[in-house]
Amino acid sequence: MTIDSAKPLDQQDERLLHHSGFRGAVGDFLQRLRGGDLGSLPVVLGLIIIWTIFQVLNPNFLSSTNLVNLTMQSAAVGTIAIGIVLVLLLGEIDLSVGSVSGLSSAILAVGFVQLGLPLPVVLLASLVAGVVAGAAFGFLRTLFGVPSFVITLGGLLGILGLQLFVLGKTKSINIPFDSVIVQFGQQWFLPAWASYTLVVIAVAIFAYNQLSLSRRREGAGLSSTPASIIIVRSAGLLAVLGAATWYLNLSRGVGAPFALFLLLVVIMHFFLTRTRWGRSVFAVGGNVEAARRAGIRVNRVYISVFVLCSLFAALGGLLAAARAASANSSSGGGDTNLNAIAAAVIGGTSLFGGRGSAFSAVLGIVVIMSINSGLALLFLESYVQYIVTGAVLLLAVVIDSLSRRSRAAAGRA
Amino acid sequence: MPTLSHTTPRSRTDAHLLSLRGITKRFGAVRALTGVDLDVFAGEVVAIVGDNGAGKSTLVKILAGVHPPDAGTISFGGVMTTIPTPTDSRDLGIATVYQDLSLCDNLDVVSNLWLGRELRKGGALDEVEMEQRSWTLLRELSARIPSVRIPVASLSGGQRQTVAIARSLIGEPSVVILDEPTAALGVAQTAEVLNLIERLRERGLGVILISHNIADVQAVADRIVVLRLGRNNGDFRIADVTSEMIIGAITGATDNSVSRRAALQEENDS
Repeated sequence: MTIDSAKPLDQQDERLLHHSGFRGAVGDFLQRLRGGDLGSLPVVLGLIIIWTIFQVLNPNFLSSTNLVNLTMQSAAVGTIAIGIVLVLLLGEIDLSVGSVSGLSSAILAVGFVQLGLPLPVVLLASLVAGVVAGAAFGFLRTLFGVPSFVITLGGLLGILGLQLFVLGKTKSINIPFDSVIVQFGQQWFLPAWASYTLVVIAVAIFAYNQLSLSRRREGAGLSSTPASIIIVRSAGLLAVLGAATWYLNLSRGVGAPFALFLLLVVIMHFFLTRTRWGRSVFAVGGNVEAARRAGIRVNRVYISVFVLCSLFAALGGLLAAARAASANSSSGGGDTNLNAIAAAVIGGTSLFGGRGSAFSAVLGIVVIMSINSGLALLFLESYVQYIVTGAVLLLAVVIDSLSRRSRAAAGRA
Repeated sequence: MPTLSHTTPRSRTDAHLLSLRGITKRFGAVRALTGVDLDVFAGEVVAIVGDNGAGKSTLVKILAGVHPPDAGTISFGGVMTTIPTPTDSRDLGIATVYQDLSLCDNLDVVSNLWLGRELRKGGALDEVEMEQRSWTLLRELSARIPSVRIPVASLSGGQRQTVAIARSLIGEPSVVILDEPTAALGVAQTAEVLNLIERLRERGLGVILISHNIADVQAVADRIVVLRLGRNNGDFRIADVTSEMIIGAITGATDNSVSRRAALQEENDS
């Protein structure tokens, strides 16, 4: 092969189509869409449609107050959905997350209110319960090779039983409003200056990462993104995040639980995309046997993911109890499980393993909570909500399957 | 390591890279291998040929650490050793490219090449270094991969084979085992992979090539080891062997359609 010194190392092949500038970027984007690489486009389009419909039906829907409520409702189930994204990336499923979150709510309420234990101890106990449950699922999965569907279905029932046992005769326990945990879940909002500072810090980190990556790639003789495009992207990110923060700040602002949820998503995104562990999660989800032959300790990956999933479920249960200021026998029951799973799938994480991103937890939960909140504003009964959420989930799964098929046809599977 | 052309006559005094003696393996009542010997030298392509059930795959699995042998000795670089697990095989410096390639279709070429051995910088993956080294490696192999940032699923069969072979080189092995590398490939892609095997020889590696295709074997191998019903049934230099002789050794008969036609041809010629 001849080496054309004018071109970067990764663009020597004459078969490679080169796109440059703005038109090239748009062309690449359309090409990817045709190939079935939809990314987060369907969910963003869906969100725009849902918001438009509800705004037309009820002008209060997109009010700052309602959107603040929406973010507050999203935090708990969204946190659970992060864990679901992880198990889906492996091509597994965890049906027990609702029960685990309910158990964690029950431990918080019983330990903190009935037994009067210090809050940190109770929080730790709840999270440890999640870790133990996840480790049990992971060991069962790896030792006996039982499908995770069955294991976690058993977990769903067993842990629901534990939750009822912990609650004992009291069916419902209220957590005092003046306690730190309820204050955190209901009343704590980032001050305006703090929210804007966080936005600026986030964008600065993004821009710095992109610029230093670009500089390193250039130094290594690889193609790099021009600084101008990085600046435009960063400015776009700053505008979007800044506008969203400004709009939420018109009302109560960015709630502490929602900020925690976003922080966890960003952390998991880093671990999934930039560490060996994350790479091995994608590899196991793509081809277990190949991962095993490449020397990846597949069992450790399974166990770590199940532990993390249950840990996120336990944390979600704590956030839910804090927001509701109570725990009862139906905490984590009802639609918690399916909302968390639906959020991950609607957000664009594939049910077939190996494709997805931590950010799909955010996008998916915002879609689901928008539907909930929109239908509630229309005073429709809960049966409509179940039907609509179910339909949206089916739509998301169909889009996932169709895009998988066209990816295979376009060689992007 | 000097570059060795495949026409150079090789002498047995060269250092053995890998040497198997009297390898025996039973599966229940079936003797898959009986007293098989195999030698591999540096910078040499050894083809292992044989009919279905001749024991080729079992021999490969013993070298890859999948099955331990029941009897026999393995010496690697002149030192007696055992290969109880796939990790031990890899640590010795034996890289195995399986027939199914074992690639993760959802990951890009760089991720597949470095899977399980990712380079890190300050705890995070060092994508730039990995991508740069991937290009260097692919260039050394004269491999024609258009982009290393596309999912492996979008590559052709030959390109996927190239990625799988290139991946085996990331760990700096001294012996590479290729299991039926051309079985599923077209004409051009087969030529591409055969070129690649020559590159491996130029790098001074010992290459073990398992193949059904006599033409491919004759095109690229230096030595042909024939297995028949789990026993050695011939060890030929490529220079002094014809395809009839190979087929004869594989089938255990000198009378077969290939030799009959050759004989017929000779009669007609004379």
